[in-house]
Amino acid sequence: MAVQAALELVSVTKRYGATVAVDAIDLKIPAGTYCCLLGPSGCGKTSTLRMIAGHESVSDGDIVLGATNVTLLPPAKRGTAMMFQSYALFPHLSVLDNVAFALKMSGVDKPTRHAKAMDLLKLVAMDGYAGRLPTQLSGGQQQRVALARALITEPQMLLLDEPLSALDPFLRVKMRAELKRLQRELGITFIHVTHGQEEAMALADLVVLMNGGKIEQQGSPREVFNAPRSEFVAKFIGGHNVITTSTGKVAVRADHAKLFRSGTVWDGQSISAEVTDVEYQGTYVQITMRGSDGGDLVAQISEADFDSQPVTPGENVLFGWNPATAHPLS
Amino acid sequence: MEVSSLRRTIVSWLQAGPMVLVFFAFFLIPLVFVTIVSFWNYNDYEMIPEFSGRGYTDTFEGCIDQLPQFCTILRTYGSTLKFCIIVWALTLLIGFTVAYFLAFHVKSKTWQIALSLLCTIPFWTSNVIRMIAWIPLLGRNGVVNQVLVGLHLINEPLEWLLYSEFSVIIAFVHLFTFFMVIPIFNSMIRIDKSLIEAAYDAGATGWQTLINVILPLSKPGIVIGSIFVITIVMGDFITIGMMGGQQIASAGKIIQTRLDAIQFPAAAANAVILLIATMMIIVGMMRLVDIRKEL
Repeated sequence: MAVQAALELVSVTKRYGATVAVDAIDLKIPAGTYCCLLGPSGCGKTSTLRMIAGHESVSDGDIVLGATNVTLLPPAKRGTAMMFQSYALFPHLSVLDNVAFALKMSGVDKPTRHAKAMDLLKLVAMDGYAGRLPTQLSGGQQQRVALARALITEPQMLLLDEPLSALDPFLRVKMRAELKRLQRELGITFIHVTHGQEEAMALADLVVLMNGGKIEQQGSPREVFNAPRSEFVAKFIGGHNVITTSTGKVAVRADHAKLFRSGTVWDGQSISAEVTDVEYQGTYVQITMRGSDGGDLVAQISEADFDSQPVTPGENVLFGWNPATAHPLS
Repeated sequence: MEVSSLRRTIVSWLQAGPMVLVFFAFFLIPLVFVTIVSFWNYNDYEMIPEFSGRGYTDTFEGCIDQLPQFCTILRTYGSTLKFCIIVWALTLLIGFTVAYFLAFHVKSKTWQIALSLLCTIPFWTSNVIRMIAWIPLLGRNGVVNQVLVGLHLINEPLEWLLYSEFSVIIAFVHLFTFFMVIPIFNSMIRIDKSLIEAAYDAGATGWQTLINVILPLSKPGIVIGSIFVITIVMGDFITIGMMGGQQIASAGKIIQTRLDAIQFPAAAANAVILLIATMMIIVGMMRLVDIRKEL
């Protein structure tokens, strides 16, 4: 559908007065990638997206899309399109005119732009709603229209600002799958800002985890989850225990942890802990503990393992792990 | 369930009650009286409570005989309508621009409030004083003429600055632009800023965004402001009298003259005619925008 182009950020910085929102980040996103910018609020992910889109000026550094330095270009000249968090559909225009808006601005005649807009509405299965106003649509439908509107300029890159945050949990999972399908079909790069690690894991080819204006770690979801580089990554991505050992801090996946009765001899590593909570989660049992180092610990063990050696809150146990499955943190 | 819904109905009527009473006592009932009186008879010194169309026929006297020339009443309404259109266009242009500046260029809420309050300063003095203040400025030996003569831009003072259509329009625009600014500002402030970014993202220029996004979404404010300005200008006789040097006729002035002559039925008939004319303009405007939908 559109030309393939890789995106490169070269020490891109955003300052608001004295505060640095984005601190000299370098990032390469290959063409056709589903990339998630992940991080807590205020980490600079939205500023980064808005700089790529051209809605925020770049304080320092360059943004290169394909062979073009787009740092100073206006949004419409960059080959990017943005889907806004609240969808930003024009309330006074019909669905069809919303989708055709960009073409109207560039002077395309009415029959041509309406035909093209209908094609895109078909792509997102919204062609039956062409005559409606945005307020007559549900959240999920509005999002599809916003997608169609963003795609009508045939962008090389679609930028999505927390696209799923306004939807209820059920719809969120459904739209998530649809975004992924659309990205696969179109073959263009999607850059998706989110603070939900689960969303990023499910969608991304490339997860870029940001914190304090810097990139903390980037890689495929599996790389990031299996080898978190820092304590922040391990905690943010979830499912990990951060344990202080004699050789420094290590991350241990909750589902790799083992529980023993106090005094058991075990040839791996372990620390003693007191059980604070036991939750049955269906496919596994989640046991929360307070470790002797003062940190919270979580173990996810299978139902069968739990039944063979049940524990109750208040009980002292040994939280153990195989050193081969632990990842040293910087 | 039914008790609580009944209570809700009572409470909402109680809340709307004071306004309903004021509306009935001071607007609807007088209006009914005016309409009734407009169909009474009258002679040179009193009104006679019997049905008569004289109030209306006197007003339109000679209008058919004089065709193709317009009779006094039609010429007066024409002149009032002309003021109305010019003042409406100017207040709309200036009001829209000021509201745009306040809503989109002034970033902080505090400054927006401060600057809107600044717009109300003309209302801190009375209407009459504000009009009188134009005299030393626009008069034959006023500041403007002195400066123009002093700069040798003109040889002798301009006569049309004061007591002319020009000065009437200036006074109207000065007095009523505020009534455009506030409702338009109120509409604009509710426009989601991301809509403007979305337009920019779609390649719209600033002008295209103004025409395709901001203007249509400001329509409710424009209509409310326009109703204010049009109803005030249509019924005005003080501003046109004072700034026009009592030389320019207006629809409101006709009513005043009839009242001075104690011809109450004729005055009432003129009031009804003015009401109908103004209502027609407003209904026309409402047709352009379905205001209930937009609100």
